[in-house]
Amino acid sequence: MARRYPKVLLAALLLTAPALVSAAGPGVPLQSSGADVSNQASLQRGARLYMNYCLGCHSLQYVRYNVLADGLGLTDEQVAENLRFTGDSPHDQIRIAMPAADAAGWFGLAPPDLSLIARSRGTDYIYTFLKSFYADPSQRATGANNKVLAGTAMPHVLWELQGVQEAVYRTEVAADGSRREVFDRFELVQPGSMTPAEFDQAARDITTFLSWAGEPVQLQRQRLGVFVLMFLLVLFVFSWLYYKELWKDVK
Amino acid sequence: MSKAKDTSKASVGKEEGGLYNWFRKRFPWDQMMDEHVTGYYAPKNFNWFYVFGSLALLALIIQIVTGIWLTMSYKPSAEEAFSSVEYIMRDVEWGWLLRYMHSTGASMFFIVVYIHMFRALLYGSYQKPRELIWIFGMLIYLAMSAEAFFGYLLPWGQMSYWGAQVIVSLFGALPVIGEPLVEWIRGDFFISDVTLNRFFALHVIALPLVLLGLVVAHILALHEVGSNNPDGVEIKKYKGPDGKPLDGIPFHPYHTTKDVPAWVVFSMVFAAIVFFAPEMGGFFLEHANFEPADPLKTPEHIAPVWYFTPFYAILRAVPDKLGGVLAMGAAMFVLFLLPWLDRSPVRSIRYKGPLFKIALTVFVISFVMLGWLGLQPATTTYTILARVFTILYFAFFILMPIYSKIDKTKTPPDRITYHG
Repeated sequence: MARRYPKVLLAALLLTAPALVSAAGPGVPLQSSGADVSNQASLQRGARLYMNYCLGCHSLQYVRYNVLADGLGLTDEQVAENLRFTGDSPHDQIRIAMPAADAAGWFGLAPPDLSLIARSRGTDYIYTFLKSFYADPSQRATGANNKVLAGTAMPHVLWELQGVQEAVYRTEVAADGSRREVFDRFELVQPGSMTPAEFDQAARDITTFLSWAGEPVQLQRQRLGVFVLMFLLVLFVFSWLYYKELWKDVK
Repeated sequence: MSKAKDTSKASVGKEEGGLYNWFRKRFPWDQMMDEHVTGYYAPKNFNWFYVFGSLALLALIIQIVTGIWLTMSYKPSAEEAFSSVEYIMRDVEWGWLLRYMHSTGASMFFIVVYIHMFRALLYGSYQKPRELIWIFGMLIYLAMSAEAFFGYLLPWGQMSYWGAQVIVSLFGALPVIGEPLVEWIRGDFFISDVTLNRFFALHVIALPLVLLGLVVAHILALHEVGSNNPDGVEIKKYKGPDGKPLDGIPFHPYHTTKDVPAWVVFSMVFAAIVFFAPEMGGFFLEHANFEPADPLKTPEHIAPVWYFTPFYAILRAVPDKLGGVLAMGAAMFVLFLLPWLDRSPVRSIRYKGPLFKIALTVFVISFVMLGWLGLQPATTTYTILARVFTILYFAFFILMPIYSKIDKTKTPPDRITYHG
């Protein structure tokens, strides 16, 4: 009877568990990115988009070009010809030419390095951020605002691809009769070169690429993990049999 | 001449009886092995809760070994620390594995030690004559907490920086000496390069030395009085003609072979985290710590790592800052008094009465809930909850002399219960 105490305790803990459901969340719901780092085609498209649209301002200082080649399944030559816009050698880190001090002067703050953005903010954040730019004349420097990061200093760099969208609001009446404007949806007012579905995929590709850049070793890590666990499983069987054999005589 | 010299040397070697005997005559190896390994008799009715002591040792070894290699590539300066961690993660051969093992190891060490401490609560392992084992164990827990705290600053991420800022500033709540003390700890007017350097020194030299010394003291004290067991009865009461306890078996090879499968299972859990979820959803590696420390930008939500959150919740539950700091200190200190608070005539939960079982259940729930609350923003509801659980936490200890004394205990058996 008394031996059951640990189980009783565990049950008591599980009963209190429903109280642990968190209520916190971001202002705009983040959409699931669907980024898959093992999808190499998506990774390559994302790298190309990043190099063409993002690298002007955002460095990837912890990623080297030869690591990039390795991750994308390309040769150093292919990367040099198609993706290496800065740096001289494959061992160079992916940096930008724009001095941080100048950038801070132009944008209000220096655009951050994005090597670890997928790890600090998460992939859903990046994906939703890329899709949430909208025209906002009150943002005088860029004419664009973002629902994920209100008042962002970043211009809508991908507008040629996505087109221009506007935020549509609806009026909500609260229980006490007060009215307030709530964000409802985006409306495309000027189409871009991509259809909405194509642009979603482009945002997903960039997200995939940044997820990879956050930890280039992640696929290798998981592959190795399978072998380590299989080895430990075998080790467990033998160590268990040895334990049972030795303890057979303990009465 | 030279030939004669050679033979004399060889005969000296034979007289000594080979290298092993030469060594034995000069070092108490056999005696040590007999006292602490092959001749240390431990109860044979240990259950699986009893593997967590040796698992804690394994966790300590993992931390020391991976730590040595991390130190080879880490740069303890505000300018380079964050980059050097990323350098380890990306450019150092197997650096990512070392770093993930170290970060996972820290959390796993705490999980193992919390279960180890819970085991002591279950079976009354802190009761007379094992008070000193418990005291040394608590000192290990304190040293571990300091070690983890100093180590957490080293990656120099946002949460490293602001976590250290919050914890160090707690000392500022002390009257008169508060502010000068905080300055003395930081070595600067804010957490800076100087702070990082001294935390590095404390993390890699001072506290590991303290920890190792305490672990030796913990084990020596244990082997002096002998291990407790799930029945909480003394095995030394009944000894065979050879003077060995009838209900004990040699630690080696019996308990060691029982520990090995436990080490393997622990390694499997460890590997599953390291290889498939090294961040553990932000619990082992906090997301905000992937942003470099910025003294000018306070994160919107600062939470310590999970293993400190029960005490952090107690700190926040008290409205007054000094009161909160004192409550947090008391929450740690009261654990030291446990051997003298428990007045129960029996040790093990198996023979203790319903009052103690209820009290322990409420205590564990309070501790877990405080841990969860310490991770949440301090809203009104959460603060009220934190206060309730803080009171329950302290009630477990303060009321213990009463409920443990009046509790209806069962009579423990004369000898351990063991069914091969």
